[in-house]
Amino acid sequence: MAPGTDDVEGSVGATPVTDSVQGSITNEEPPEDAALTEAVVLVPEVLANSLGEYVGAWWKRIRGGESGALPILIGLVVVIVAFQIENSHFLTAVNIVNLFIEAAFFTLLGAAELFALLLGEIDLSVGYVAAVGGTIVAGLIGSPYNWPLWAALLVGLGICAAIGFVQGSLITRLHLPSFVVTLGGLLFWSGFLIYLYDVDKGSVGGVISITNSVVVDLVYGSVTPLASWIALAVVVGLFALYSISRAARRRSRGLSAPPLSITIFTVVVTAAAGVALVVICNLNRGSNGVVLKGVPWVVPFVIVIIVALSFVLGRTRFGRYIYAIGASPEAARRAGINVAWIRTFSFVVVGVVAALAGLVYDSRLASINVGFDGGTDVLYAVAAAVIGGASLMGGRGKAIHPLIGGLILAVVANGLDLINITTAGQEMATALVLVIAVTIDSVVRRRGTTTS
Amino acid sequence: MTALAGDNGAGKSVLIKTLSGLWPPDSGEILWQGQPVHLHGPKDSEHLGITTIYQDLALCDNLDIVQNMFLGHEPLRVGTLDEATMELAARATLADLRVTTIRSIRQPVASLSGGQRQSVAVAKAVMSQAKLVILDEPTAALGVSQTQMVLDLIKRLASQGVAVLIVSHNLNDVFAVADRIAVLHLGHLAVAGRASTMDSQIVVEFMTTGRSTRFSGDGDPAQAPS
Repeated sequence: MAPGTDDVEGSVGATPVTDSVQGSITNEEPPEDAALTEAVVLVPEVLANSLGEYVGAWWKRIRGGESGALPILIGLVVVIVAFQIENSHFLTAVNIVNLFIEAAFFTLLGAAELFALLLGEIDLSVGYVAAVGGTIVAGLIGSPYNWPLWAALLVGLGICAAIGFVQGSLITRLHLPSFVVTLGGLLFWSGFLIYLYDVDKGSVGGVISITNSVVVDLVYGSVTPLASWIALAVVVGLFALYSISRAARRRSRGLSAPPLSITIFTVVVTAAAGVALVVICNLNRGSNGVVLKGVPWVVPFVIVIIVALSFVLGRTRFGRYIYAIGASPEAARRAGINVAWIRTFSFVVVGVVAALAGLVYDSRLASINVGFDGGTDVLYAVAAAVIGGASLMGGRGKAIHPLIGGLILAVVANGLDLINITTAGQEMATALVLVIAVTIDSVVRRRGTTTS
Repeated sequence: MTALAGDNGAGKSVLIKTLSGLWPPDSGEILWQGQPVHLHGPKDSEHLGITTIYQDLALCDNLDIVQNMFLGHEPLRVGTLDEATMELAARATLADLRVTTIRSIRQPVASLSGGQRQSVAVAKAVMSQAKLVILDEPTAALGVSQTQMVLDLIKRLASQGVAVLIVSHNLNDVFAVADRIAVLHLGHLAVAGRASTMDSQIVVEFMTTGRSTRFSGDGDPAQAPS
């Protein structure tokens, strides 16, 4: 119990289990409400004050079914170990960096999809919207237009934002199901994509090549090893400063805050992960005497976007209202939230983040082509978000989830490739991973609701 | 504190939805502190100081208590949510209402019992400086001890100088807390009067037939809605 909070948190009244039993006997409340009340999703961390209590609370929470990303991370480790045993090339620096690059596209596309899933909606058009964004940027910076990159990005992102706005408006103002509107979007934008290659004077045989060094270097250029270390030190330093000062500020106002040991632990873990990342990327992964080392620009690019989206979801009214609408649009409306505006703007975010995914695609191939399979990619986008831990039902999911999911998709695809499994096997295996991830999540959650 | 009673389909829910600005009235006018007002949305009635707590509670399960209490009114500090201020204010309000059964105000409302959820909803109303709090079936989903807890909470709310309109067809609750009772029958006001002038049999007669042979109190049809 936190000091100074005795007024509110002082005593524990009737246990919720008893309430739900009474509730189900004495009224016509639907039965799932009783189950809901029994699903005591305790958050014991908020009551803990020492490291020991904290770990105990965390363990209790895992056992209570609120395992978060833990099962999926354990699964990830198992899969990685299995691949490494099968092919010792799997955990080499060059392959790990490849993994990050492969994951980047799925992560961003999944992050775009997340903003639809959190509302309890779905956006089937993100794949082709990414393709349209990527194609517009690639076309405008290429010959014969030769636009500056910033202008091309402005137009590309702007058009994708407009696509999101139009689809979002149809969904919210006309109350059309998002599934149908964005299914229409999937078909329309795939047609529009072909049209773009027809009118673009720089495309050759349905391919637009990219020579702009900034775009190509997003994936193929690296931060120099020294700069990587400096950037890592600055980021970890700022994070430590922020965490410690925030905890101190909360404590000085009489609010509960995690103990210092926990804060330091978090900072150390973050630093260790960062150091591991930089060390691996700074190993020489060139061959035949060519030296190639450093963190590819796409890694900080994706991390910055994920952190920014986390900030939007966690620290702004817009983000808070997205969660509220995802859980109960009616409750949000009654709270005076402009539900239509929030939902529409959320679809704008979907469009913009999809366009950024398209940019990563541009960079990875140093070109973009009319064969872009936006129909399959959207399924990987949903898979990335859901494998990572977001819910299709709305209201549950974090910006980190598509990052975890994107990494898992990349590990599976890359690992199966290394042990010479064909595309047929890869797709079936990816499907299994998706279903297993959702099953683990669902089973752990249900077990939690019946035993806690 | 006024109780609004009526059988299912008598128009109780329609009336409070109109008062809270969710539905526009077909005809008639709403007088607020003697002045006619027009409500075009939940924001309008909120500005007047009318807060409605609905039967289905209108809380978001995935948000915690503090987040729910401030939903739609979050204070900002340099453009971002000011969690510390929210948490302090929420704690103070819950303490004022002597809501003591909640372990942490940072737990999601999905983990709360029905009575605790009602407490959060009431505290949310208090926080918004409401002048009139409308409660729609506040005890319908609750067991005996929880009902008592919520009724006590409502009394404390009224004692803080807030006007309370409680909608219920549980007559025990109505007589336990109400100063005045109004009964709707098929969309019309059957009777409105002091609780002390009625008993449950009279109210039941009004609810089922729209009239009572035994009632001789200070009926006040001038307040008839719609």
